[in-house]
Amino acid sequence: MVDGIALENVGLRLGVKDFHFDCALSAGSVTAVTGPSGSGKSTFLNLIAGFETADSGRVLVAGGDVTQKHPSERPVSLIFQDNNLFSHLDLLTNVGLGISPSLKLTAENRKAISNALERVGLGGFEKRMPGTLSGGERQRAAFARALVRKKPILLMDEPFAALDPGLRLSMASLLLDLHRETGNTVVIVTHDPEEVGRLADHAIFIDHGRILAQASAKEFLARRDIPQLAEFLSG
Amino acid sequence: MLTKIERRRGIALGLTSLVGIALFVGIAAFALLSWDAGQAQNRLLTAYNWRILQFTLWQATLSTLLSITFALPVALALGRRPAFPGRIWIVRLMALPMGLPVLIGALGLIGIWGRQGVVNSLLLNLGVEQPVSIYGLSGILIAHVFFNMPLAARLLLAALERLPAEYWLLSSSLGMKPFSVFRFVEWPAARRVIPGIAGLIFMLCATSFTLVLVLGGGPAATTLEVAIYQSLRFDFDPSRAIALSLLQIGITAVILAAISRFPAPDDTDSSLGRTNRRFDGRNWKAKLWDVAAILLATVFLILPLTSILLAGAKADLWKLLMSSAFHRAAWTSFAIALSAGLLAVATSLAIISARRALADIRHPGRPAKILSSALAATASLVLLVPPVVLGTGWFLALRPFGDVARFAPVLVAIINMLMALPFVIRILAPAIETHRRRTSRLSASLGLSGLPQLLRIDLPVLAKPLLTALSFAMALSLGDLGAVALFGSGELTTLPWLVYSQLSSYRTNDADGLALLLGAICLGLTMLGTAGQRRAGHG
Amino acid sequence: MRRLILSIVTAAAALSFSTTVQAREKTLTVYTYESFISDWGPGPKVKEAFEKTCACRLNFVGVADGVALLTRLKLEGEKTDADIALGLDTNLISEAKATGLFGPHGLDTSAVKVPGNYSDDTFIPYDYGHFAVVYDTQTVKNPPRSLKDLVEGDPSQKIVIEDPRTSTPGLGLLLWVRSVYDDKAPEAWAKLRKRVLTVTPGWSEAYGLFTKGEVPMVFSYTTSPAYHMVEEKTDRYQAAAFSEGHYIHIEVAGLLKGSHDKDMARQFLKFMVSPAFQDIIPTTNWMMPATKTSAPLPDAFGKLVQPKNTFLMGADEVAKNRQAWIDEWLNAMSLN
Repeated sequence: MVDGIALENVGLRLGVKDFHFDCALSAGSVTAVTGPSGSGKSTFLNLIAGFETADSGRVLVAGGDVTQKHPSERPVSLIFQDNNLFSHLDLLTNVGLGISPSLKLTAENRKAISNALERVGLGGFEKRMPGTLSGGERQRAAFARALVRKKPILLMDEPFAALDPGLRLSMASLLLDLHRETGNTVVIVTHDPEEVGRLADHAIFIDHGRILAQASAKEFLARRDIPQLAEFLSG
Repeated sequence: MLTKIERRRGIALGLTSLVGIALFVGIAAFALLSWDAGQAQNRLLTAYNWRILQFTLWQATLSTLLSITFALPVALALGRRPAFPGRIWIVRLMALPMGLPVLIGALGLIGIWGRQGVVNSLLLNLGVEQPVSIYGLSGILIAHVFFNMPLAARLLLAALERLPAEYWLLSSSLGMKPFSVFRFVEWPAARRVIPGIAGLIFMLCATSFTLVLVLGGGPAATTLEVAIYQSLRFDFDPSRAIALSLLQIGITAVILAAISRFPAPDDTDSSLGRTNRRFDGRNWKAKLWDVAAILLATVFLILPLTSILLAGAKADLWKLLMSSAFHRAAWTSFAIALSAGLLAVATSLAIISARRALADIRHPGRPAKILSSALAATASLVLLVPPVVLGTGWFLALRPFGDVARFAPVLVAIINMLMALPFVIRILAPAIETHRRRTSRLSASLGLSGLPQLLRIDLPVLAKPLLTALSFAMALSLGDLGAVALFGSGELTTLPWLVYSQLSSYRTNDADGLALLLGAICLGLTMLGTAGQRRAGHG
Repeated sequence: MRRLILSIVTAAAALSFSTTVQAREKTLTVYTYESFISDWGPGPKVKEAFEKTCACRLNFVGVADGVALLTRLKLEGEKTDADIALGLDTNLISEAKATGLFGPHGLDTSAVKVPGNYSDDTFIPYDYGHFAVVYDTQTVKNPPRSLKDLVEGDPSQKIVIEDPRTSTPGLGLLLWVRSVYDDKAPEAWAKLRKRVLTVTPGWSEAYGLFTKGEVPMVFSYTTSPAYHMVEEKTDRYQAAAFSEGHYIHIEVAGLLKGSHDKDMARQFLKFMVSPAFQDIIPTTNWMMPATKTSAPLPDAFGKLVQPKNTFLMGADEVAKNRQAWIDEWLNAMSLN
């Protein structure tokens, strides 16, 4: 058993595509998942989040076997590239849904939401609607929701891809700050080799549904032995 | 971007259509008002008119409420079950009532909900003594729900499918229970479109003619449109018809004004069939609920259609096809539908090109702006002045010139054209707009214009949407009973009129057979239309 | 583009007009009600028999029912194509004459024998019958025995009636109720309304609903059961005898002033009161013949309800009040 994340011999078939993953991500680490588009990065994330169920093998998350569990029963928080907030609900509600999916909030909960918003730099934005925020602010709000959920695992699918480069830097440092505070296990799908260096302890390279390389970030960025990876790093 | 000649030509065409339509509607209105207007005024709010008005609004309100109430769970269930077996066919089934002539639908409903129908035999076996009545208010409501519930369900489903896929991932990852998903995700999406859908359905039901004519149980269940028809055709009481027409125009104006305040419901953005993955509603209760909702709706829709098919198949179709009555009616219907369809397409093109020409003016003055909005409004004029009212006006206008029946085919074709106009423009305008955006710079720089441009650049691309629009308009005209009802007679018999008169004289076997034929033709045309539209939308 | 649109419009207009153009030969046009010219009605046989004698084409034009026939003529006015209007009833003749469209027939009608010895210089009766509620004995065990029974009976036992604005039976019922209830007619209608499943524009729709089993009672004629006895050999459908008496329905035909061929029109009216026409009526229109038939009526006609008392309002009184009474009827029937 591991406290982080483990995919033990996980097999999955979606249409004509075959996937096979076998790896372990240690607790409290930040792992970057990279690979060409269509390689299976999102499927990798979906297997952990529970949006895909493995045909074979086991998925272990935070010390428990979650292979057959529904997404809501897995101890994970999620941040996508876009549409992380329900655009018709204000920030308080959007973040509050992270605590109680039926929005039964105590005064304490509300306090925690305000603190989380404060922490991500959105203090006093409780009543704001997502449409009035910038892209960066919306991602910050998603971070705030991840904060209040207090889940040991944070899964992110290209969370900064839609932001401009300056914003990416500040978001990355916010992510690292929060990671240090909570000690959660982070898996982040990214297209950007720079982001791997900036954020991750470890990195995984996926191609055609297989993990081709897994290494510490430093080693990973230095590798040139796998042509696809070399291309990715140089591209 | 347009040459001066092109611009002038466009505006001239637009003005011609505008004047033509305005004259057609204006003469009808003038004939109505100049006929005994004083007497009509006194008879505006008699107890009878008042009750007809009340009933019209009451049945429309109930129909709207019921349609949306039933559509909501169906749309939610279909939204939550993207992998439901045969889902694509169920969604397509929901498009069928739109293309089915109302009269044919009514026949199918009588087959199922009539005294001798499946539902009542079932109820009788269950020991229920009072059967469901297909006549009167209950019948009108059943029929309106049959035609409008699927429309509402499709529009609601489209609204749900437009939501970002991440919403469903998030809500299940956050562990929302079905009610929370409904409260925080589905309902807010539905609530945004419901006013528009409700407005549309209310309008359709408030101006419902054929259903009320066939299923209304006499004066207690009569809408304004039917009352206008009766006061002319039954009583020949023009002043009552005029009074009722004024009431009708009044309420449609109010409804249209109300609708214009809501966002228009729209299913074009959604591909209806693009499916989001859903992770909620995995427990058996939710499954049972969804399956029940989808199955009930499917059965409700499919039974009357099956009944048309079965009853029609019993008729001697071959003999019907060979009968001279069928040939005459089919020829008349086809001639009217083709005229109406071509006229509708031509007028739409004129209106669209005129609006484009006006938009092309760099500094449009007030007259140009007014003309542009007048053109837009003209297209929807028929919504304000319904076919029966137009028919009534022309009836009175032409009476001094002899037998009105002689002019009837032309009148019916023009009225059908006006009815099709809003739909045709909705199909053509976006297609032409896209096409122009893509080609106009290039054409202008190459100096292409006139016939070469038409043949080489426009027709190959626009042929499909033009055919789509034409088949839509023709299906509408082929299935229409409203315009022809005022004039229908031994001399002017269209297919729906033939079905209606055979239904009236209870040659039901023949009526059933004809209904099957007509229903199949109209559905075929509509499907041709929607298929083309879908492809045009993607291409 | 303009030329394209122009040619489309011309084509469309040409198509529309082409349906109206029809060759005109020597024809006699008779406006009548729908059920008269149905396949099982007298129309086809009458057409065949008359065309043998006249070397012409007899062209029937059907409208929903008798009152609609008059409305149609009013609508068309003097431009009407009709030579003969067949199927008005005596209730309507004052109104029909007031249109000024009809001319005197100028024929000897002494052979015509209808109750009340009705005779007129413009309209000639061709058959008659008494209105009655016809019921299905399989579902109605306790038929109404009077108009009062009908009005006050169990509202869950439904009847289908005709619209007085379009049909002669509908108008007949309106006048029957007036004759019995007088000023209290609106109240009677308000009660009867609850028993009415639906109101149809013509007799044939109503009777069709009844025979299809949609409704157990229909407003029709005392002679209707004869059809079922003769054609279907069944006693299942019976007319209810009403103790107050029955309103009579005398169907008449008249000659239009504007007829293209008055001689042929007169020839048709003469033919109408001859045995050749009258023999057809009892077993196709299912009414009593207005003159002698060449053979006695089928036995079934002897088993029909024989009204003790006959109502018939003066045509002038009907003409004077019809609109007001119909408004009253509309008012009472549109109550919710």
